[in-house]
Amino acid sequence: METEVLIIGGGVTGTGIARDLALRGIPSIVVEKTDINAGASGGNHGLLHSGARYVSNDMHSAGECMEEGRILRDVAPQCIDDCGGMFVAVEGDDENYVADFPGFCEKNGLPCNPLSPEEARQLEPELSSRLIAAYQVEDGAIDPFMLSLENIAHAKKMGAKLFCHTRAVKFVMGARKIETVFLEDSRSGKIMTVHPQLVINAGGAWAGQIAAMAGASLTILCSMGTLLVSQSRICNGVINRLRPPADGDILVPGGTVSIIGTTSRRVDDPDDIVPTVAETDCIVSQGAGMIPVLEQVRYIRAYSGVRPLVGSAEGGSDDRNVSRGFTLVDHGKDGVDNFITITGGKLTTFRLMAEKTSDMACEKLGNKNPCVTRTEPLPSTMEGKWTEPGLAPRRWMAKPHGETDKILCECEMISEKTIDDIACELKKNNEIPDLLNIGKRSRLGKGPCQGAFCSVRVLAHMYDKGALSGNHGVDDIKAFLNERWKGQLPIFWGEQLIQAELTEAMHCGFFDLELAGDHESK
Amino acid sequence: MKANEMDPIKADLTIIGAGMAGLCAALFALEQGLSVVLAGKSGSIHFATGLMDLMGVYPPGHEWDEPFAAIDRVRSEEPGHPYASITNKEIDTALETVQRFLGDHGLPHGRAPGRNVDIITSMGTLKKSHMIPLSMWRGVKVLEKRCPTLLMDFTGLKIYSARQITSVLGESWQGLGDATVRFPGTEGKEEVYPEHLARSLDIYETREKLAGKILPLMKNAEAVGFPALLGMYKSCETVRSLEKMLGVTVFEIPTPPVSVPGIRLQEIFLKGLKQNDALLSLPEMVKRVESFSSGKFKITAGESGTLKRIESKGVILATGRFLGKGLRAERTGIRETLMDLPVIQPTKREKWHNPHLFDPRGHPINRAGLQVDGMFRPLTESSMPFAPGLFAAGSILAHCDWTRLKCGSGVAIATAHAAVRAFCKRYK
Repeated sequence: METEVLIIGGGVTGTGIARDLALRGIPSIVVEKTDINAGASGGNHGLLHSGARYVSNDMHSAGECMEEGRILRDVAPQCIDDCGGMFVAVEGDDENYVADFPGFCEKNGLPCNPLSPEEARQLEPELSSRLIAAYQVEDGAIDPFMLSLENIAHAKKMGAKLFCHTRAVKFVMGARKIETVFLEDSRSGKIMTVHPQLVINAGGAWAGQIAAMAGASLTILCSMGTLLVSQSRICNGVINRLRPPADGDILVPGGTVSIIGTTSRRVDDPDDIVPTVAETDCIVSQGAGMIPVLEQVRYIRAYSGVRPLVGSAEGGSDDRNVSRGFTLVDHGKDGVDNFITITGGKLTTFRLMAEKTSDMACEKLGNKNPCVTRTEPLPSTMEGKWTEPGLAPRRWMAKPHGETDKILCECEMISEKTIDDIACELKKNNEIPDLLNIGKRSRLGKGPCQGAFCSVRVLAHMYDKGALSGNHGVDDIKAFLNERWKGQLPIFWGEQLIQAELTEAMHCGFFDLELAGDHESK
Repeated sequence: MKANEMDPIKADLTIIGAGMAGLCAALFALEQGLSVVLAGKSGSIHFATGLMDLMGVYPPGHEWDEPFAAIDRVRSEEPGHPYASITNKEIDTALETVQRFLGDHGLPHGRAPGRNVDIITSMGTLKKSHMIPLSMWRGVKVLEKRCPTLLMDFTGLKIYSARQITSVLGESWQGLGDATVRFPGTEGKEEVYPEHLARSLDIYETREKLAGKILPLMKNAEAVGFPALLGMYKSCETVRSLEKMLGVTVFEIPTPPVSVPGIRLQEIFLKGLKQNDALLSLPEMVKRVESFSSGKFKITAGESGTLKRIESKGVILATGRFLGKGLRAERTGIRETLMDLPVIQPTKREKWHNPHLFDPRGHPINRAGLQVDGMFRPLTESSMPFAPGLFAAGSILAHCDWTRLKCGSGVAIATAHAAVRAFCKRYK
């Protein structure tokens, strides 16, 4: 294959670059070794930072966040819940830090509105009665899955191509350049080759491994963070603990659920990240300091992501003190002129990262077109839609009278027609419309039952439609439920453990699935 | 007997929990001539599929056709397993008693002495089971012969796909086909529910209409399989009349919960037991159990204002696991909910589960539960019976992962029998 630009990595940055370049008339190929947002882009809070979090130690990031937050509210409102946020302190928190906060905000030009503890609790009734300070800020929630899916959908409309489950395995080097890239289909093992004019490494936590294939050295520190999803939405807006970054200090609404996190642990391998019981317990007890009900609520999932941090962390023992600015590297300095790496940064600044990377790419390619993503609205497509909690039920409720549409996923209210739409999109992209793939593109299995019942219903439906055949369904349901299982391991207690027992009773006790299919789990 | 706020109900034995183990314990106790209070909600038996497994897999991944040979192996290698304290003869007697009771009350079950049979599930997987409703038993023979068979499906049924079963099994079963029809009387409905269809089939005319729709689709089929909804109270009659109308073997394929066979089992069981005046069934949840040095128990059930009090010589705890609310998993450990009895469990929450859901070895938490002595009496931490008249039966017992060993119903039935026997030995 020939292409002007090959982008490695299908997270928010990679898909954002694909769109930015496409808008400047440059088609690209995006390769992603697993699936959209499989790395840090999917493993985060979904927080649209106001910047207030960085006012005391990283003014540059604070400013970037503030500006980018405002741009995204304009150009991608469909991905954003403009819920606002608060920084709160409780008895025992560092009062000097609390006292300095409004001054820092002012210095950075960040709106920050002081509230009395009573006012704060009126807005957010779940806040602790031990509140000593609260400030309103312009935080929001952003759906990173919808963001990436819409970015790539828009880029594809303008000629970009996306290959998921495709890993760059080898660079063939020429004179000061990458001549050929070998790509491996991770499912079939098939090898393809690409001859790009330019390669952009947007591999996030894996950027170091990719750079190494070109002989360039890039040290990426992997800081793993764990987050928990509650069954229902606990607060209206974002709640931040007003203290230096620590465990369990941010609660972000995600549609009908809330997400509490995070932790920070250095890991060697970004592929080896499993949320632990200890991290879970730490988040719950720390989070309960500001929102006591976190000790009682039902959690339905735990997940982890890796913050890719560039260079050495000299800010002490906590990786969270490393700057959240991004790093853009022109590997001309390493003797490879057609190779760029972009990594670090954060979700809120992904557009800016894409802009700066595309600027560098355009300069190298001699393209004079300016970036337009600051003002060009991100079109709302169907592809990203079904990741939004609450959308599927709204569609179902709005169906014309007399139209039939059965609910297949009762927790998330996903109907037959929604599943059919997603299956249709998948088939267009040469993907199998099975549970694993449908789950990646919708809320299927993400409610309290974590797939125990909806998996059976959707599978039955897909067979009825003739979309699945043979015994693919047996392996598929096992893989799908196992994915859900892994994300629940550290939060199995109370109600969710009862759910686990029911899942096992059904799928092992009755269906004997542990004895069926590929026996992968052995 | 009558429940009253002032005077406690007096009974020989109180059975707490109305799931499989509790219902069977009541049956066995009544057969011994005891007066019995059966207390507790019976929600989780709704989750039964109708299949009564005895013992199917041991060690992990190894399936058995002879359940008693498997039990012998478990007994020698897992001395803590509940079967280890019960003889095969007693297990067999207990099963036979349950089979006879259900048969007498209109829910006959098939069972080949000493043998497991293969049965099709709605996933298209095959599983081994032991005692199964007669409506499904016919399917065992059909599966053995793999004769030309038509699997029926109904428009609007969500949890079942005949096409799925034929797709999964088709390769090894020539002549397996499927067809979907609208169930009589559900025209215009986007969704149909197994319970409704089952009740509708209790009526003869529905069967006639249904058979009329199926006959033109039969081709050379020698058997017709249905999702498990052939009648609610008249399942035998429904199967028989459909067989007559279609002229071939008719059978049911078990479906996931909440399933019609689970509801049938619960209703028939309770109805049958209640015919005996020596039983009082209290659907209230038990709140407190006190044991006295005299050997007596005082049990409180229900909500404040309508509290029921019971006094009895013995108690059988058949409260189940987490779903049944006999056990509760807290962030710091697993507790028994009624008397805070010691629970055998992994040392830390990290060890409750293995990383893979479908690990054939199961999960350590599944083996958590009550430690009992040879008489099925829960033990304290110092290995003494908690109270001389307190017994436990069913899934609350430790050292048994029924989801992997395929022994859930068998253990419930056998331990209920053993607990009643132990009570009688002491008090009768």
